[in-house]
Amino acid sequence: MTTSHSLAAEALVAGYAERAVLEGVDLAVPPGKITAIVGANACGKSTLLRAMSRLLSPREGQVVLDGKAVHRMPAKALARTLGLLPQAPIAPEGITVADLIGRGRHPHHGTFTRWSRADDTAVAAAMEATKTLDLAERAVDELSGGQRQRVWIAMALAQETDLLLLDEPTTFLDVAHQVEVLDLLVDLNASRGTTIVMVLHDLNLAARYADHLIALAAGKLHAAGPPQAVLTVETIRHVFGLDSQVIRDPVSGAPLMLPIGRHRLAAG
Amino acid sequence: MTAAPSLTGTTADWVALGRRRRDGRRRTVAWGLGALLLGLFALTLMLGQSFIPPGDVLRVMLGQDVPVASFTVGTLRLPRATLSVVAGLSFGMGGAAFQTMLRNPLASPDIIGISFGASAAAVIGIVFFGLSGGAVSTFAIAAGLGVALLIYGLSFKGGGAGARLILIGIGMASMLESVIAYALQKASSWSHAEAMRWLAGSVNGATWGEILPAALALVLFGGVLLTRARDLETLRLGDDAAAALGVRVAWTRITVLVTAVGMIAFATAAAGPIAFVAFLSGPIAARITGPGRSLLIPAALTGAVLVLLADYVGQFALPSRYPVGVVTGALGAPYLVWLIARSNSGGGAS
Repeated sequence: MTTSHSLAAEALVAGYAERAVLEGVDLAVPPGKITAIVGANACGKSTLLRAMSRLLSPREGQVVLDGKAVHRMPAKALARTLGLLPQAPIAPEGITVADLIGRGRHPHHGTFTRWSRADDTAVAAAMEATKTLDLAERAVDELSGGQRQRVWIAMALAQETDLLLLDEPTTFLDVAHQVEVLDLLVDLNASRGTTIVMVLHDLNLAARYADHLIALAAGKLHAAGPPQAVLTVETIRHVFGLDSQVIRDPVSGAPLMLPIGRHRLAAG
Repeated sequence: MTAAPSLTGTTADWVALGRRRRDGRRRTVAWGLGALLLGLFALTLMLGQSFIPPGDVLRVMLGQDVPVASFTVGTLRLPRATLSVVAGLSFGMGGAAFQTMLRNPLASPDIIGISFGASAAAVIGIVFFGLSGGAVSTFAIAAGLGVALLIYGLSFKGGGAGARLILIGIGMASMLESVIAYALQKASSWSHAEAMRWLAGSVNGATWGEILPAALALVLFGGVLLTRARDLETLRLGDDAAAALGVRVAWTRITVLVTAVGMIAFATAAAGPIAFVAFLSGPIAARITGPGRSLLIPAALTGAVLVLLADYVGQFALPSRYPVGVVTGALGAPYLVWLIARSNSGGGAS
């Protein structure tokens, strides 16, 4: 499956109640690539993701998927092309892993359609990709954080969308599980050609795993492009108000940011 | 559990197998509940102060004139049992719909003030306007819907959250309770007795004229509600996750709200606010069917079983006769206390 869906925001203004969080954002998501959105707390990262998946209606501007405004597309049709894993989805009490992953098939069903072979195949493929087959009959409540995140990603995979948006898929995970989840997303991108857009807190992991970085500052797009171009001392100072050094990550070759605080600085 | 194979084709078979096994178990439980309900229904027609043999019951139901049985079964027991079933199905399904939609077992219409709205209107109608029969019912139904929309409007102003709706609803419930208390204070002795009879929730002396609107409401609203069962289940994952899966969250909410309140209001108009049936049915059904599928039908069946059983207990198993609402109230109150105690001790209400 190779995809060439175009997803873009055009002069997007969005927010909650009286406050506009995004103040006119223009950006294009490169198809078939992994994009990471980075920025300081409350700069509008999650808002951008929610507006792009039409969980939030824009006040001005629009989000355009393949030439159509997402806010005018039928809900289920959109959900067959674009998936979103929110930051804190809720697992119904006692639900088994297999049943929860099956919920990902919702947009492929009408009111009266029955479960089909295609549904079982999609669930099976999602479980294989996320290595959750052995958990199938377990209750989601009793899984560890890392296992649970794999199950949620499996649910989003069972949705079989060509575009997948993830809101901080690595929060609450230890470093090993963060890397595991990000590796999994790279696998998906490589094997299915899924376009991935994710909000990430960890700049260095974002620079390592993303093909394309989007840096937001105070509701506006500050910089976008390949990590080498975006993760610079100047961008970090502007976006986070933090001095830093950027070196080459000896493991991946991506830029690696080292913060400079007021203390613990080597002499000279 | 067998070891998971690794080729996608056979994995799909393995996934299908597990799904069929879980679905099969749930279906068996649902059919079992249905059979239990049918059995209880038949038993309450036969057993009572006197025993009527099944043959006579059947002949009465077919419209034949049978001495004694025609009166006992045809006029007394059959309408009573039918109203119990209709009210139980409505309370059970409507309650479970609310609890699922708001992801909280406390979110039942009899806790968040909707039933109190109907009750308050009925009591005011009886006490201050001397209404009776159909007029009281109409008044109660309108008030139930009105209170539901008011709570919804107040709580979903700025994006909205389930917890806010529940708190506003509980506040509304206590306000309406004081309205009821005030009206009862002012009541004449006749209207006081009439209002108390209405408030207790009773299927005693049911007539077909009362049952028919409630049954029609159950079919109509229940039918629409069942078409939303899958969206409602998906809503359990949270509003964002459900929306990302193609559920129109606001539209689903308002449809569920109107249909669930509609069927509950009509059932309340016919049988009074039979305490805690809406509140208890969903959690009991969840316990016996297990998670993973819509609770609407199992909860409806559980509600009907509860009302039939509680009415039977109220009539024959206790030293004196009690209306059904007293028995369900005695069952529900301890559960409510337990639920609140559990959620406060950090267990989380879910």
